[in-house]
Amino acid sequence: MGEESVSRTLFKNARLLDPESGLDAQGAMLVDGARVLDIGPNVFVDAVQDDVHVVDCKGLCLAPGLVDMRVSTGEPGNEHIETLATAAQAAVAGGVTTFTCLPNTDPIVDDVAVLEFVERLGRDVGLVNIHSYAAATKGLGGKVMTELGLLHESGAAGFTDGGKAIAHPLVMRRLLSYAQLFDTVIIQHPEMPEMVGSGVMNEGETATRLGLPGIPAAAEVMMIERDLRLVELTGGRLHFSCLSTAAAVNAVRRAKASGLRVTADTAPPYFSLTESAVIGYRTFAKLSPPLRTEEDRNAVIEGIADGTIDAIVSAHIPGDRDQKRLPFTQADFGGVGLETLLSVSLELVHNDQVPLLTVLKALTQSPADLLKLPAGRLRKGHLADFILFDPNRAVRIDRDELRGKSRNTPFDERPVQGRVERTYRAGNLVFDIETSPVPERRRFPDA
Amino acid sequence: MTSTQPTPQSDAPALRLRHLLGIEGLSRPDIEALLDLSDRYVDINRRADKKMSSLRGRTIINLFFENSTRTRTSFELAGKRLGADVLNMSVGTSSVKKGETLIDTAVTLNAMHPDVLTIRHGDSGAVHLLAQKVNCGVINAGDGTHEHPTQALLDALTIRRRKGDLSGLQVAICGDVAHSRVARSNIHLLSIMGARVRVCAPPTLIPPGLERLGVEIHHDMRTGLADCDIVMMLRLQNERMEGSFVPSVREYYRLFGLDHDKLSVAKPDALVMHPGPMNRGVEIDSDVADDIDRSLIREQVEMGVAVRMACLEVLAESQLEPWAKNQ
Repeated sequence: MGEESVSRTLFKNARLLDPESGLDAQGAMLVDGARVLDIGPNVFVDAVQDDVHVVDCKGLCLAPGLVDMRVSTGEPGNEHIETLATAAQAAVAGGVTTFTCLPNTDPIVDDVAVLEFVERLGRDVGLVNIHSYAAATKGLGGKVMTELGLLHESGAAGFTDGGKAIAHPLVMRRLLSYAQLFDTVIIQHPEMPEMVGSGVMNEGETATRLGLPGIPAAAEVMMIERDLRLVELTGGRLHFSCLSTAAAVNAVRRAKASGLRVTADTAPPYFSLTESAVIGYRTFAKLSPPLRTEEDRNAVIEGIADGTIDAIVSAHIPGDRDQKRLPFTQADFGGVGLETLLSVSLELVHNDQVPLLTVLKALTQSPADLLKLPAGRLRKGHLADFILFDPNRAVRIDRDELRGKSRNTPFDERPVQGRVERTYRAGNLVFDIETSPVPERRRFPDA
Repeated sequence: MTSTQPTPQSDAPALRLRHLLGIEGLSRPDIEALLDLSDRYVDINRRADKKMSSLRGRTIINLFFENSTRTRTSFELAGKRLGADVLNMSVGTSSVKKGETLIDTAVTLNAMHPDVLTIRHGDSGAVHLLAQKVNCGVINAGDGTHEHPTQALLDALTIRRRKGDLSGLQVAICGDVAHSRVARSNIHLLSIMGARVRVCAPPTLIPPGLERLGVEIHHDMRTGLADCDIVMMLRLQNERMEGSFVPSVREYYRLFGLDHDKLSVAKPDALVMHPGPMNRGVEIDSDVADDIDRSLIREQVEMGVAVRMACLEVLAESQLEPWAKNQ
């Protein structure tokens, strides 16, 4: 790959942050080609040789590139919403150097040919490391298992039916059993579909005032508790995505304490917003699972702080504005999140709720370990995927300044503290806020 | 009304409203002003010559995405009696893609410079959405299970004319609250005006969190109606129901249908209301519905025209305000 031909670069005067080693110190990182040669407070910076290029980080934080284990794009099938290339642009702007795509594309990623096609598209984009899950059931139909073994061999990062729950208990039981052959992970969107019904937001006073059909909090924990029984029964490995309720966090906490092989993630909306974001029928706050109450929000934060929730994901779902400029019940679920992932997550740090290294671990090392990806750490010999960020830089999120193709963020106009300044992948600069101006385009009309 | 021949033209309403999207958010003086104005129109509507000219030259479009006879007719009549040009547009509900054309329809109509759009839509919040896309006044004529503000106003007017004052009255709202926009608007309005509201329905027809709206919840008509001044019945909305909320009409009628027996625990002068259309023998017995001493149902329809005249006039006048122009 010609790694040797690239000269060495020294990133000095940085606040080094590596969750794996617990490193949080002023220091420097020496990158040789695509890989980390040395890192630490004692890396020799004074007498560098002539052939070493020196970058003064001016005190910025230097952390592993983020690993986002839950991203939807529109490719293949809905390229007008988002392509892998535009998602990659959004990713690097948000400090994400590795992401994993959900299989609910068109065609669905449920056989080897489609998986390899998507993987090739991802490699061709080049900007970031793009992986793909495969569907757990054929056509996401919830009935027939896909070829887990062949798909695993072809690089499937894990198995999931995306935003659809694997609802049938027998199908889930067999998936959990069979997946152990390959020690791969099953990822569940924990919502009991019959309890969700036609619901579009959290059930309760706000939904009643707005006259919108509700989704009870119990829909989430009911599915989780059923699945925990199946994990117990099979010994399989299960990951719950996007925890949104206090009951769900508690259930996962108990399961972990009893030694079950379960993990979980959540997404920034669930620790930074509540159902009140929906008031005024704001369809950009229509998410699945729905935004919940303040009590739930606080429980999710506690879950991140104590490690019950392993990973923070963007749950990036790009959406056509025509699918959002509709009456609330008709609008699509989902919001984009790649570009705001770090900034919004840093609120946990600024609010003294979760230590910085814990937040970063949930954004880097934990998801990488969950999916067994060689990413998410700053370690000698590893690929130099990293970011430089200013944790205190005050910015206001503006949907018209998002670099992805879709701008359906629930965080529009939110003031946040912290911004990615530069993103490096395999030692190469792939994003620099100074030289990557916001694309010039039409203001997004009100939704 | 004691004053001699009040004419709204000479005494234009002081209230200004850009839109009327719901009762929630209105103040007690707002509601009182609308009811006072409506009161005058009741008298005018009883004269032989009902036509006025206060909205002459104005255009009102009734845009109904949901079937309606009585509400649409009521709005049409209200607009015409005020001298406005009224256009009715019924958009079929059969098209699955109606949502896609929703904003386009409103923008198209808006380009024809109506002064007020009256909109009914099957989705909660749809009228709210359209109000953001047009620069005329918008009246919500019912959106999904959210609000139906003119119905609550006409109910309030009906009660006020009979009881003198809403404050302190005990009002029982009975039946399918979960699927009712009328119930929500009435709960808001009655609470704002100082009435005590209780709701009586099977638990499956009470939307979660309803008690947070400040109502008392009952599941038994005998306690729910005890000593109340007003009984508001709601229609069992089979068309909005997904799944089984009540086992059968027969059982529903037995437990929650209003008959003279169940009504006997209310105050002796308690009055019965229903927003219509009624399901006789489902939520209300014909003997009660047609009892001229107890039933206000026909009076409600009469009040409807007066209330809508008041709302249309307030909104049309409000569009002349400078702040309404640069939206």
